[in-house]
Amino acid sequence: MEKKKVIEELKQKFSEKIKGVPVQLGDEILLIERDSLLDIVQFLKDKPYSYSMLLDLTCVDYKGQEPRFEMVYHLYSIPNVQRLRIKVSLSEKDLRIDSLASLWKNANWLEREVFDMFGVDFKGHPDLKRIFMYDGFEGYPLRKDYPLRKRQPRIQLRK
Amino acid sequence: MTTRIQKEASKESLLLNMGPSHPAMHGTIRIMLELDGERILNSEVEVGYLHRGFEKICENRTYFNLLPYTDRMNYVSPLINNLGYVMTVEKMLGIEAPERAQYIRVIMSELSRISDHLTCLAAMAMECGAFTVFLYNVKAREYIWDVIEETTGARMTTSYIRIGGVRADLHPGYKAVLKKAIVETRKVLKDIRGLLDKNIIYLNRTRDIAIVSPETAISYGWTGPCLRSTGVYYDVRKASPYAVYDQLDFEVPLGERGDNFDRYMVRMKEMDQSLRIIEQAMEKMPRPSPSKLMVEALEPAEAIKASRTKRVEKEIKLSPNLEGSERGKYLDILGTDKKYVVPPKEDTYTSIEGIINHFKFFMRGHGIRPPKGEAYFSVEGGNGELGYYIVSDGTDRPYRLHLRAPCFHIVSALEEMIKGHYIADIIPTFGSTNMIGGELDR
Repeated sequence: MEKKKVIEELKQKFSEKIKGVPVQLGDEILLIERDSLLDIVQFLKDKPYSYSMLLDLTCVDYKGQEPRFEMVYHLYSIPNVQRLRIKVSLSEKDLRIDSLASLWKNANWLEREVFDMFGVDFKGHPDLKRIFMYDGFEGYPLRKDYPLRKRQPRIQLRK
Repeated sequence: MTTRIQKEASKESLLLNMGPSHPAMHGTIRIMLELDGERILNSEVEVGYLHRGFEKICENRTYFNLLPYTDRMNYVSPLINNLGYVMTVEKMLGIEAPERAQYIRVIMSELSRISDHLTCLAAMAMECGAFTVFLYNVKAREYIWDVIEETTGARMTTSYIRIGGVRADLHPGYKAVLKKAIVETRKVLKDIRGLLDKNIIYLNRTRDIAIVSPETAISYGWTGPCLRSTGVYYDVRKASPYAVYDQLDFEVPLGERGDNFDRYMVRMKEMDQSLRIIEQAMEKMPRPSPSKLMVEALEPAEAIKASRTKRVEKEIKLSPNLEGSERGKYLDILGTDKKYVVPPKEDTYTSIEGIINHFKFFMRGHGIRPPKGEAYFSVEGGNGELGYYIVSDGTDRPYRLHLRAPCFHIVSALEEMIKGHYIADIIPTFGSTNMIGGELDR
């Protein structure tokens, strides 16, 4: 199934939830509302669209803009041989989004990474904690207001 | 700090800590096991011991300067990592490398893939007790690294593939070295198959251990040889061909059961295909355009001396950096657009325009500046789909750079893979996932 057709059908089904479909460098980007993420993703995961693989999940910090954060999802459909990028804007005051851990197993670790690096809170995540950094790390390193050479306070190794 | 497994474990079972500095946990990874005798009831994998803040560093480096950092992601196949990054930036800039450079890129990434698979299988077999296989594999890898070393000047941290093409042309005697590497690798592959394919010890430790179904593999976002071992046909080289892969004839080997042995087998067969690709690429590669003979060329020191009084018209004997990157080769391998290609060193050292171009390229705020926007591009790495997601704000540094590390997704399935097996099964299972710390932890 062609990507254009997928997007057309999505637009019909979730008309008010889709904020726009801009095209960049030949890739369509689906901008959607935060509360409809799970519905849209579930719809895409089912047949005949079969976006059954969560390729990647990350976040971008646009400091100084409102909304400040943007979640970026890359889905892949093996039978249709195509990728799809979905973006959800998140405001700094309400940094929460639904977890995809119930749909894809790798979302567990990917969301932990985003939580570790950006501090996004995933609703419904089974075990949300830091993955690369240690417990007791202060701040979120990939945010733009985290300085490159910031020192961390010493932590107690054993209690 | 109590971890999940400490809270969940029942009182009768034994908690065992494996790693992060354990001989079999190559790379650094920690697995906490909840055991009943030797059987694994539950486990928790902890990663991050090699986290170096790759993405944060990249946001503070220019597009040109961050290339060496990509070498250090998957350090067994650095050339593919270079390629993934470079092709993402090329997609943003809307440029394409010259055809000869495309073929060189294909040869280099296939050589890296072979070295990646060889390393993985060497470690996996060694940990099962087959030390001979390890030595054979490392021997074959040496031949491959000889080719890489003579062309790129480095064995592991190559930084060879550049935005717009490659750093230098293949060295003059590459054909003989490459052919020798292919012959020797074929011999080694045959030997390994003889040693392992029907080896009862190896079969007992790998056959039907850690079976992963296609659905589970897809749900974990597996790509590369591990996904193909479960029987799912997905290869970035076939699904969305980049460079010149669409002009080359190769097959994508698939497994049937998705166990450790299939992951071994798929890698073995993939190496055969990679060798085929290299042979074809060698044949199809366009010839280099004739460059001037070096007989009348000046020594670099003489050229610098002569340039103080007037412009130097003669060729310069040695490139100050790397053989094969002389000005005459630029059209074949890099193109000449000054916006994204470092000017040839001969120009930089001998003419005022050259040095201005050089400064303009490296000055803060200048150099490679992709237009505002974002791009995702992926190549088939040794472990699977290696994708780069770059957001540009129009300056000379990426606003955000994210690496989709194939390893991360594969290792996230480790807990499920080892559940219900014995401790001894962790070793070949972990070996078959080909965990590379640099890529996993970034």
